[in-house]
Amino acid sequence: MSNHTVGRKTSGLDKVLRFALYAVLIIVAAFYLMPFVVMLITSLKDVEEIRTGTLLSLPTSLHFDSWSKAWSGACTGSSCEGISPYLMNSFQIVIPAVVISTLLGAINGYVISLWKFRGSDIFFAALLVGCFIPFQVILLPMARTLGWLGIANTTMGLVFVHVIYGLAFTTLFFRNFYQSIPNELVKAARLDGAGFFTIFYRIILPVSTPIIVVTVIWQFTQVWNDFLFGVAFSGFDTQPVTVALNNLVNTSFGGKEYNVDMAAAIIAALPTLAVYVFAGKYFVRGLTAGAVKG
Amino acid sequence: MTSLFVILSSEASIMNTNATNSESSPIQSGRRARLSLADWMPKIVMAPTMIVTLVCIYGYMIWTAILSFTNSRMLPSYDFVGFDQYERLFNNDRWIVSLTNLGVFGGLFILICLFLGVVLAIFLDQKIRAEGAIRTIYLYPMAISFIVTGTAWKWLLNPTNGLEKMMVNLGFEDFKFDWLINPDMVVYCLVIAAVWQASGFVMALFLAGLRGVDSDLIKAAHLDGANTFTTYRRIILPSLKPVFFSALVILSHIAIKSFDLVAALTNGGPGYSSDLPANFMYAHTFTRSQVGLGSASAMIMLGCVLAILIPYLYSELRGERHE
Repeated sequence: MSNHTVGRKTSGLDKVLRFALYAVLIIVAAFYLMPFVVMLITSLKDVEEIRTGTLLSLPTSLHFDSWSKAWSGACTGSSCEGISPYLMNSFQIVIPAVVISTLLGAINGYVISLWKFRGSDIFFAALLVGCFIPFQVILLPMARTLGWLGIANTTMGLVFVHVIYGLAFTTLFFRNFYQSIPNELVKAARLDGAGFFTIFYRIILPVSTPIIVVTVIWQFTQVWNDFLFGVAFSGFDTQPVTVALNNLVNTSFGGKEYNVDMAAAIIAALPTLAVYVFAGKYFVRGLTAGAVKG
Repeated sequence: MTSLFVILSSEASIMNTNATNSESSPIQSGRRARLSLADWMPKIVMAPTMIVTLVCIYGYMIWTAILSFTNSRMLPSYDFVGFDQYERLFNNDRWIVSLTNLGVFGGLFILICLFLGVVLAIFLDQKIRAEGAIRTIYLYPMAISFIVTGTAWKWLLNPTNGLEKMMVNLGFEDFKFDWLINPDMVVYCLVIAAVWQASGFVMALFLAGLRGVDSDLIKAAHLDGANTFTTYRRIILPSLKPVFFSALVILSHIAIKSFDLVAALTNGGPGYSSDLPANFMYAHTFTRSQVGLGSASAMIMLGCVLAILIPYLYSELRGERHE
């Protein structure tokens, strides 16, 4: 912001302050990095080294056994197949949930900002509340409903739940984005005989790429990281990876294998971390979209 | 789902012809055109979301509210017992502990995150070299699940092998750090892990806010002889009030619904000393067959969220109307 230097001279004090500033920033960065570094180091040690060493002592040689065990051999409650099956479960839940909720959000946002009807604003306000309710309030009724629909403990049931409770956010994102599109554009297209869907496909969707990316990333992270719905609505063989990880860490037959726990935790975190690293800009935009003047 | 889409798109083509017809007809028929399918299409398209919102958000809320007035145990029953469940709730030590924990955890978590967020954002706003890299490091925990965060910090804070051992090995032989197994201190472990996860996000919010401050205002302040500190205190920070309130609402929301962090980091223990309301609700509804009591606790949680949210939304909407 201060991209101007009104009467600024680099004095000695300035240099000291600047040095202190960098020192603080680097120390804080170390605080944020430390848990991940420790996880990585721990996952590469064997059990003996973990017992004798400390958090930051480096492994003498790299042990990848804990990684393969976390992937395909570690016990998560009832079975001992590692967390790879649950990783697949998570993908099977996340992909349809993200696609459907993004699509519906786009069309809802399109209506709310460009095809207003009586009550659409009130409805939008009512939907917004859905972004904020504590899900504990809907947990039990939803469990009953999934039972009635015959999709309790299934992947489909989890997709259904994630779509419903993701709609508030996806709609909000698209509505805010489409607010900036002038109404005249739609009016002109209507005069030319274009209908509701033609306008959506031909005019609106082609300019929506940034908000689609933001929404997809947001939903992906939300659904992937979900634990509450996963633990409440999944069956033994449909658990998402977060639930499996928690079971793995809290199951202790014999000695605790921290290296396996850490490897499993990193595996469970990798997909969202990868999204963050490769599309960080959009991730941040999603996070701040609702907050900084939505 | 697919059949619905087919219906919708076929109707779209009908609507198309309708629209062209009405355009070619004289102005008087405009009123008739207003009742055409074209005007129904937005409503038809929104209908699924509207129904789902009404049923699965508001309907379920009412359902849970009703259950909280019944003596439901393992399965919902509809024998009404008035406010008995609420009375039981507030006579239940575990609930009082979880509510107190929420106060301590939420209060500290919000305050520390706001403080760190503002300070780090201002620091990062001083034309820092490698700002992008530093920002990326500060924010990455937000991309991770609370379950992973909990797993990592459980290992770091573990009294036998974790930080304590590291400090002892470094020569601080009397260093003791057993918060994770100490019923009086365990709630602070939750604070540490949650701050680690969310403070970078608050920083990002404030940084975005700082970048949005009118630079002419700052130039003017500098011309008037204000130094950097005064400029921040008098001009920049006050203009960030909306960001501050947004962050406050988001953080309190995260605090109230915190469930996974406790599940992974402490599992509520030792005993139930680190339970939060969300964990109380889950345990009573799904594992302890106390649906009535669980529903009452869920309603209290909803009350907490609404107490924060309604004033916020009210001021936001009013602000929007004024613009």
